[in-house]
Amino acid sequence: MNKIFIIIKREYLTRVKKRSFIILTLLIPFLFIGFAALMGSIASSKSEKKNIAVVDDSHMFEGKLKNNENVSYTIIRGNVDSLKHNINNDDYNALLYIPAFDPNQKDINFNLYYNEQVGIITEKTIGDNLNSILTDERMSKAGISNEQLEFLQSESIHISSIKDGKESSNASSIAIGTGCGFLLYMFMLFYGMSVMRSVMEEKTNRIAEIIVSSVRPFQLMMGKIIGVALVGLTQVLIWIILFGVFALIGLPMLTGGMHTAMDPQAMQQASENTNMHALESLLHGPNWIAIALWFLFYFLGGYFLYAALFASVGSLVNEDPQESSQYTLPITLPIILGFVIMSKAISDPNSPLAIFGSLFPLTSPIVMMARIPFGDVPAWQLITSAVLLVLGFILTTWMAGKIYRTGILMYGKKITLKEVGKWLVRK
Amino acid sequence: MILSIKNLKKYYATQKAVDDISFDIERGCIFGLLGPNGAGKSTLLRMITGIFYPDSGEILFNGQKFDSEKHIEEMGYMPEERGLYKKMKIGEQAVYLAQLRGLSKAEATSRSKDWFRRLDMVSWWDKKVEDLSKGMSQKLQFVTTVIHNPMLLILDEPFSGLDPVNANILKDEIFRLAQEGTTVIFSTHRMEQVEEICDKIVLVNQGQKILDGSVKQIKQDFKENIFTITLDKSDVVLPSSIQLLKQEGNRIVFHLNPEQNSNDVLKHFIQMGNTVLAFEEMLPSLNDIFIRLVQDTSAARAFQEVK
Repeated sequence: MNKIFIIIKREYLTRVKKRSFIILTLLIPFLFIGFAALMGSIASSKSEKKNIAVVDDSHMFEGKLKNNENVSYTIIRGNVDSLKHNINNDDYNALLYIPAFDPNQKDINFNLYYNEQVGIITEKTIGDNLNSILTDERMSKAGISNEQLEFLQSESIHISSIKDGKESSNASSIAIGTGCGFLLYMFMLFYGMSVMRSVMEEKTNRIAEIIVSSVRPFQLMMGKIIGVALVGLTQVLIWIILFGVFALIGLPMLTGGMHTAMDPQAMQQASENTNMHALESLLHGPNWIAIALWFLFYFLGGYFLYAALFASVGSLVNEDPQESSQYTLPITLPIILGFVIMSKAISDPNSPLAIFGSLFPLTSPIVMMARIPFGDVPAWQLITSAVLLVLGFILTTWMAGKIYRTGILMYGKKITLKEVGKWLVRK
Repeated sequence: MILSIKNLKKYYATQKAVDDISFDIERGCIFGLLGPNGAGKSTLLRMITGIFYPDSGEILFNGQKFDSEKHIEEMGYMPEERGLYKKMKIGEQAVYLAQLRGLSKAEATSRSKDWFRRLDMVSWWDKKVEDLSKGMSQKLQFVTTVIHNPMLLILDEPFSGLDPVNANILKDEIFRLAQEGTTVIFSTHRMEQVEEICDKIVLVNQGQKILDGSVKQIKQDFKENIFTITLDKSDVVLPSSIQLLKQEGNRIVFHLNPEQNSNDVLKHFIQMGNTVLAFEEMLPSLNDIFIRLVQDTSAARAFQEVK
């Protein structure tokens, strides 16, 4: 037991002392925020505004087509057949031809002439604009005023989801769930790989043979796995502290700065309402302590499960790094699968796929962690998932120990899966 | 007996690495484990150090059944393929490996410093392994192997990569440890080192023991009754009882039938009025014996099937 502690200590210290560890730990939160911001800006980025020339022979849309953020309209006159050959030579991207038509017809088709694709959004916008004008036209013909129309079309009903008498915010659950799931995904992959590389290094360095002549191979493997786990926990701890410092000092400064900059009377009210409300629902809505404890459990469980597998892969590899990617694929696939199921589970936390994913030990850390913030996972599922995960990591660790013990000292020849199977069966 | 090996077997999928080997090693002796490449030496040593489990057979350490948990701290093993953490500082590394062998941190540090002083390595303490030459890391490796004062020291090709000066330093340390009562198993295929260092040897080939005994005795067993005599003149009449093998000036190499007395040959030359400057029996070198025993059975080894 004493020896495993010595190994843990070395594995931990050599990693934590590295400059890259400190830099990465400090940098990752910013990268994370930057990445999220980038994704957000890509998702909400507007496509280029298109100029559409309109030849309106029906005279129904003239003066009614309003420019909007996707499309600007220019009414032109002339012969369509000659105009449609000059697209892009003049200042428009496409030409919409509206022939004289019967507004009471059910299916009406207009042609849009272009040289370069205008895109589906532009097409849809044009269609929507035309339809709403036509609808207004039909309504007013039917004797309904604009005010009546607005009233008829307004969305009066909003849905609030209530759980145990408390208003829960789906948005914050989704954010927390995705964040937790993504963190676990990163951790399992990143630290699992780190364990694997370290095992490979010991094998190719041949130091493994020296060490296993004084400690049992299983002790060396577990020492490494536990040491790396502690590195991960240290990293999380640093982030929690950073987050805490930010929440205690950074946030009040930010909001405080906002208060003084704005008209104190009017704006204080407004900002308190929006900012504080959002913050309050984020802080008091979800059960943070439960989430943190479950996160810790799934972090450790998932990590141990995969780290053992990665360690055994590392022990199989011979100098050739290409081999490692061939062996890691079967391990990284379930992690990626877990991530895919998670993105489904976020939108529908109680679907059969989400339930399966959160019970199956290879995917449960990621998927279950995404469901827990919603606060409605039945107890039996939590318990089953936890028990299966513990059983899972005991099983993988046991298997990995057997593979590792032999693999770490096998040099030269490529190891086939059949042989690995033999090592598992053998006592 | 510090170590007794009884009918040890270890078969791999494609070959019999160790096939029924038995021998005993006495306390305090320097024991040579010899064999050509791939003879099964490393597998044998890995079983002795508890890294591999034998398929069958028994290892007794100090009279007790070998238990790696209990006995591993009494052993020091330096494998053929040396390994060290490249990025770790040399001093830290020595202390770390010593701790893994069961020493406390303080003890590990002070002994490391002693050894560094003795082998002239003090200035290396804060350097990294990747900065060392091969010979230097070899010395470090030796230190980490002996630092816990093992009863049994197992060295697999300890001199490979060392220059003659450092090889001598290491050899002296091995002799010193043996005098202090450490038993040394010395595995190699370099015969001249064995003749110089070892008291007893075992020769293995193709996973089997083919020779066992003291160096002196083995040489006697394999002698071919070849003698060399050096006279003051080169122009001599040879006695009829000898078969001349080679004559270089006044030095004559000849074979004498074992039933004949070598004194008769001397008498013959003295009676003929020659002065005998030197007379010696030529014992075969271990190298010759090794080659003679191993020669016929070389390359087929790698593809031999287990039956």
